[in-house]
Amino acid sequence: MEKKKLVLIGNGMAGIRTIEEILKLLPDQFDITVFGKEPYPNYNRIQLSKVLQGDTEIKDITLNEWQWYEDNGILLYPGETVTKIDKDNQMLYTDKGKETPYDHLIIATGSNPFMLPLPGADKEGVTAFRDIEDCEKMIDASKNYKRAAVIGGGLLGLEAARGLLNLGMEVDVIHLADYLMERQLDRAAGELLQKELASQGMNFYLEKQTAEITGKKRVTGLKFKDGGAIPADLVVMAVGIKPNVALAQESGVEVNKGIVVNDHMETNVPNIYAVGECAEHDQMVYGLVAPLYEQGQALAKHISGMNHQGYQGSVLSTQLKVSGVDVFSTGLINETAETKSIKVFDEWQNTYKKILVQDDKLTGAVLFGDTKEGTKLLSLIKKGANVEEYLESQQGADNGESIVTSMSDDEIICGCNGVSKGAIVNSIKADGLSSVEEVKGATNASRSCGTCKNLVSELLTDTLGDEYEADTKESVCACTDLTRDEVVAEIKEKGLTHTKEVMNVLEWKTEEGCSKCKPALNYYLGMVYPKEHEDERESRFVNERLHANIQKDGTYSVVPRMYGGVTNASDLRTIADVAEKYEVGMIKLTGGQRIDLLGVKKEDLPDVWKDLGMPSGYAYGKSVRTVKTCVGAEFCRFGTQDSTGMGIQLEKKFEGLNTPHKVKMGVSACPRNCAEGGVKDVGVVGLDGVWEVYVGGNGGTELRQAELLVKVKSEEEVLEYTAAFLQYYRENASYLERTSHYVERVGVEHVQEIVNDDQLRKELNERMDQALGTYKEPWNEVLESETTLKDLYEKVATK
Amino acid sequence: MEQTVRKVRIGNYDDLPVSLGKAVVVEDKEIAVFRLSNGNIKAIENKCPHRGGVLSEGMVSGEHVFCPLHDWKINVSDGLVQAPDDGCVQTYKTTIEDNQVYVEVPEK
Repeated sequence: MEKKKLVLIGNGMAGIRTIEEILKLLPDQFDITVFGKEPYPNYNRIQLSKVLQGDTEIKDITLNEWQWYEDNGILLYPGETVTKIDKDNQMLYTDKGKETPYDHLIIATGSNPFMLPLPGADKEGVTAFRDIEDCEKMIDASKNYKRAAVIGGGLLGLEAARGLLNLGMEVDVIHLADYLMERQLDRAAGELLQKELASQGMNFYLEKQTAEITGKKRVTGLKFKDGGAIPADLVVMAVGIKPNVALAQESGVEVNKGIVVNDHMETNVPNIYAVGECAEHDQMVYGLVAPLYEQGQALAKHISGMNHQGYQGSVLSTQLKVSGVDVFSTGLINETAETKSIKVFDEWQNTYKKILVQDDKLTGAVLFGDTKEGTKLLSLIKKGANVEEYLESQQGADNGESIVTSMSDDEIICGCNGVSKGAIVNSIKADGLSSVEEVKGATNASRSCGTCKNLVSELLTDTLGDEYEADTKESVCACTDLTRDEVVAEIKEKGLTHTKEVMNVLEWKTEEGCSKCKPALNYYLGMVYPKEHEDERESRFVNERLHANIQKDGTYSVVPRMYGGVTNASDLRTIADVAEKYEVGMIKLTGGQRIDLLGVKKEDLPDVWKDLGMPSGYAYGKSVRTVKTCVGAEFCRFGTQDSTGMGIQLEKKFEGLNTPHKVKMGVSACPRNCAEGGVKDVGVVGLDGVWEVYVGGNGGTELRQAELLVKVKSEEEVLEYTAAFLQYYRENASYLERTSHYVERVGVEHVQEIVNDDQLRKELNERMDQALGTYKEPWNEVLESETTLKDLYEKVATK
Repeated sequence: MEQTVRKVRIGNYDDLPVSLGKAVVVEDKEIAVFRLSNGNIKAIENKCPHRGGVLSEGMVSGEHVFCPLHDWKINVSDGLVQAPDDGCVQTYKTTIEDNQVYVEVPEK
């Protein structure tokens, strides 16, 4: 039997999802052809705002790679537009002169951005925010222009505005209504949102209607109806979308707002269907992903000849994808005479929740600040749940029970892809899944917007229990199955003293370990037995063995200690002389306020150190590195505390301390935080009469803001709490785990509990003092040891 | 044609640090000599095939050295780079006579 010809017009999320569903139900039944206007494979349009915001890249939002089309025998014509449908002869015509017959035709042409017909709307620098091209246009504009105006304070407009801020532009948002996102939020939430976004740097013009886009060739500004005007060199129109129905209409398919379809997504023309944003079902046109996917499923079942009830309309929910702002909205949100509401406004945490109830049933919800409950509320509202059911589930949540535990099997976890709790749990059990990634691959859950990832993770815990924990446990390295905690426990219990002994006794799979476990074990041994453990130079990475930083050409860099980043004329002179004498390749200031001498030959290192006569700056180690300071009260007119003095004390106390990973600190004398303590492992901020100690910040690979550990009054207390924190980190973190990961993993509250306990803090300080007591200045130690000089720094020349 | 080799003395066996490498300059090339924990002496070209890292400064585990630049793992006996990377370095035969260590290099 010849295969039926199935043609899809529109290579986007809704259409391709329909094809995926059909392939699942009836593989190999159809000859599938796809026409797509854009020259890309199917990508996740929802994530475009994240691309614009710089959180991800275009290549990462592709949903179906070219390979997928090939693997499934789909003929794809990217960049080709269908211009005419001959419904009587079931033929298609394209702009490239192609003629294609069809047995089934799916129209999934999506929608077009609605462009206000303003005078000047055709000027250069006016764009919509709909596809990759628009996105690239904005990114390009941001390189040459400064001022952006976004017309429309709805979901799309705000996401675009946030993206433009990230691109370094000044952003004005012009909105017709008197508060933001008025279709999804109530006034209270809208105003909270505005406050938050204003603090991020957005500027708002509310109740303003744009009358004209001004400028010659390129836009230079906007004029408002009330006479006002603002300058702008980029205008983004984000006032809404309209279904793309032109092709259908011209071809004689019934069109109202969208292409009119029944519950089976059939149009009035036989064998022509429509799904997605271009379709109108029961007088509703949807612009969000979840309904589109539900429509796709219904159509797939229908085309595959399966009996089913069809598409029944969708309850909508939206989530704003702007970093640092959590907003969720679903169902009916406007209060009327018949509705009652549950409202919780927490001014302290800046969270707001409103749940609307009508005839004892939940009908809608708005969440601001904390949107964890969103998925749960959406599924309750979808099934028309009674308010009692919600309140009961609340109690469970208050008892620390996971929100997924109280969900029933048919409740939806992933709203975008319509994946229920039951489906995920079944898949976890049947397919033996053990990670969020695997669940994503097998069920599609969390594949689109990604906000349900933590629910999926909780379901894994809920379903697999300890097994899931076991699967996520990480062994030290491939040489052993034991975790960091297990190894440390064994070291203590069995009194192991040497890396080789640890490997033997704990039955390492390799004879002498590897470059991961050797330094890790050496660190753990030193941490457990600070006095007894003899540091193993052969278990140290070259930088720590040689006390200098290896460079790509095999030379080394030398960073002398400069406590708190404070130096003096005599030291500078010495450094200059040394640099000249040894002809260093480059003299560079480091990020930690130090002077770096680069390009020193290994054989010269000892002489350089000797001539410098300064302690090692430890710029190479998994250890306390530098304490960066601001000028402080001594000179700065804003300074409230002696930040340099505090920084020097901290650095003198903790210098050379071995830690699981490098530890950087900063001390500032006022909230301006010039020493950037917000992105340091330990950041200290002096206020009038108070010191704040922040921990777990990182300015590197994964940007993380430090969290407040404690506020104290005196410098002694800063030292005491910092010591307690560092010692606790030393004793509990995995080797090569930065404080940012560690604090994120255990939670700052946990660390606070520990260091605020007087007894524990005292003990941690005692153990810290023991560790610090073993410190020997390494450069000097090398200079005093003939053997070390010979073993490590001499090169053998032969004749 | 048979390749003739020259034996170059590089020093006392006891002077080589255990489980570490040592850079040895022979004519115009640099050789990394390792004294393994089992007592054997191995010699390879002192240059990682990846980005030219100084292998004599790498961490030594058993028969392998880990390049200090990007952690490539190289067998010091046969010179082969271990998976997932691949490639190889030149190896040199070593001998110990009267507590003196010799490396055999091709005669020019």
